[in-house]
This record gives sequence, C-alpha cells and structure tokens, in this order.
Amino acid sequence: MTLVHVLVMAGVTYLVRMLPFVLFRKKIENRFIKSFLYYVPYAVLGAMTFPAIFSSTTYVYSAIAGTAVAVFLAFREKSLLTVASFACLTVYIVEGLIKLF
Amino acid sequence: MTSSDTVGIINLAVLDHMRLWWNWQTRTFEGRMRERTGSSPVSRTKQLHREIGGVLFYFFVCQGCDEVNPSESSKGYLEGFKDGIPIGLGYLSVSFSFGIMAVNTGLSMWTAVLISMTNLTSAGQFAGIKLIAGGASYIEMALTQLVINLRYALMSLSLSQKTDKSFGILHRVVLSFGITDEIFAVASGKPRDIGKNYMYGLVTAPYLGWSAGTLLGGAAGNILPASVASALNIALYGMFIAIIVPPAKKSRPVLLVILIAVTLSSVFEYAPYFNKLSGGFAIIICAVAASLIGAVFFPVKEATE
Repeated sequence: MTLVHVLVMAGVTYLVRMLPFVLFRKKIENRFIKSFLYYVPYAVLGAMTFPAIFSSTTYVYSAIAGTAVAVFLAFREKSLLTVASFACLTVYIVEGLIKLF
Repeated sequence: MTSSDTVGIINLAVLDHMRLWWNWQTRTFEGRMRERTGSSPVSRTKQLHREIGGVLFYFFVCQGCDEVNPSESSKGYLEGFKDGIPIGLGYLSVSFSFGIMAVNTGLSMWTAVLISMTNLTSAGQFAGIKLIAGGASYIEMALTQLVINLRYALMSLSLSQKTDKSFGILHRVVLSFGITDEIFAVASGKPRDIGKNYMYGLVTAPYLGWSAGTLLGGAAGNILPASVASALNIALYGMFIAIIVPPAKKSRPVLLVILIAVTLSSVFEYAPYFNKLSGGFAIIICAVAASLIGAVFFPVKEATE
C-alpha cells in the first residue's frame, strides 16, 4: 500500500520534471517566449522566498533580522554560502537574545 | 653508469622537487611536470581535482571568489560539485526534519529514505507523507503531487534553454530528476549555458545531503536543538536571496518582475479567500503573471540572453 503511494508520488514528480526538459530540446527563437523564460527564475524565487521567509524561523523578528542580513550581503554580491550562513548565524544570535530577555 | 640510470636519477630528483602552486588569476592548480624539466607551467587541475584533498582545498579556500569569467561556459563536474555544497548542507537540515516527521507519522525509517531518494522534493514529500498517513487514494496523491510540483515543469522548460550541446537525450532523462528549486536556481544563475558534467556535479551534494539527512532524522529522532533547527530553516531562503539580488541590482526589469512576484505571493499568503489556494498553485500563478508582465513590457534583447 505505502509502496504504491511512494511509487505514484515519485512517478508524478519525475514526469513533471522530465517531460518539459526532454521535449524542448531545440532552442526557442520566439522573442516573447525567450523573454518570458528569462524572467521565470527570478519570479519563481521571489515568490517562493517572500513572504515564506518570515515564517521560516521560530520568531518573526529573528527572520526579519536574518532577511536583512541576507539582502545586505547579497547586495554586496557575496557568495551563496556566505549569505546563507550569515543569515543562519543572525537568526541563531537574535533568537538567543530574545530568549535572554 | 649508463645513460638510462642518469635519466632515472634526474627524474627522481625532479619528482622530489616538483612544485605545485595555486594561481589566483585563473583559480587553478599549476605545477611543473617532471617529464619536462624546466619547461613552462602546466595546469595540473585535472589530476588534482580527482583527489579529495583538492576538493576540500578548493571548497574552503575558494569560497567568496565566485565571480565566473563570463566567456567560459560552465562545464566542469567539480565546479558543479562546489556550487552544490551549500545546497547539500541546507538539504541536510530540511530532510532531517522530514525524516523525523515521517517516522512520527508511522512510516518506517527506510520508507522515508526511499521517498527522499526517489522524489527529491521538499513540499511534495511533506504533503505526501500526510496523505499516506491519512489513507488517501492514489488519484488524490497523484493530483496533489502534480499541483505542488507543477512549478518544476516551468523550471525544466526554462532550464532546457540553458543547456549546451553536451546534453544528449539520455542525460536529459537522467538529469531532469535532479531539477529542484535550489538546483534550478543555481544553474539558471550561471552566466553561460551549462554542460552535463556541471549538472551532474551540481546534483551530487544535494542528493547525498537529502538522502543522508532523511536517514539521520529518521534514525536519531529529535536530537537537533530547536534553536539550531530554527536557524537552519532560513538557509535555503538566504541562498535564494543571494541569487536574485545581484541581477536585480543591475537590471531594473528584473527588479520589477521580482517585486511583482513578491507582491502577488504576499496576496496569496495573507489576503482572505486567496490564501485558500495551495502553495504550489500560488507560486505558479505568481511566477507566470510576473514573467508575462516582464516579457510584455521589457522584452529581452538578443544580446543579453
């Protein structure tokens, strides 16, 4: 029972990824579609990050602090790992301070 | 003493004194090959990169020098592997909590690991174990996964335009399995087209991290202190921010598209009635709407592709 569920899950998830990747092998020339696909990553990531990031940690204030640090470091064009680790560190410190008071 | 003996001694002596250094300009290892005593420096990147030590050195020393020369396409396995390490670390913590949750809902640890190894998706898996626990039908399972993961279709389509000639049909069939939010984000953030070796490298650490984290979470239960788990939760979002902010700084249209997407996604999160929509559908609507607006008002010039 459970195994069939897992099989259905895995099958659907894989097909959703595989079909567009395999079927669209030619480069799309249409300027409108090209522009659309150019903006997709930024739009997807923006929509996934905000506002979900604010409820990702225990307290909303630690999340805000972590977000601020991440945006600042990203603006300074630091590497992915640097931005991610300092965001985590900020959340850890701020939550420690919140518990303290 | 014959001449061949002399050659042997010279070779040994050269081997002892073989020098190796790090070229900060090209960010490769260089050294002098013993066969060509006194010749020009020869790149030893390939030999060294196969060694673990080289990998670790590359990782720890080279963080922070991420500027990629735009004239090179992203091809190497090691470059991909390095880019995948932060994702793998983030996944380790997320899948750890997935492992705990799966075991708590009554699944065996190995079922949880099997789910992680065959699905490689966060939101879909969390929804999936709830459906299994609730005894949902297969149709309901299939539809839920389809809706939550439909965003991958959009990402696959976008990424299929960024692959170079090394992607044959077989590699596409295999590598499409590894398209996750984070892997897609990093791959599409590369300045040039990506090759299959880069993609295999990029997928490696996240796949291992995702599987291992599930195993650890399922086996160890809740040993991670809550404060650490909470801090790690923001890691993946931090990475997203690191990907979208620099292009938004340079391009006004990209900034506007992001702001539109964020505004729409906030509406779907907070506004009454709208927040009833499932997260998967909401992201698709936000992304399609914002990208359409971008494509209509700021079509991309050929050169910027």
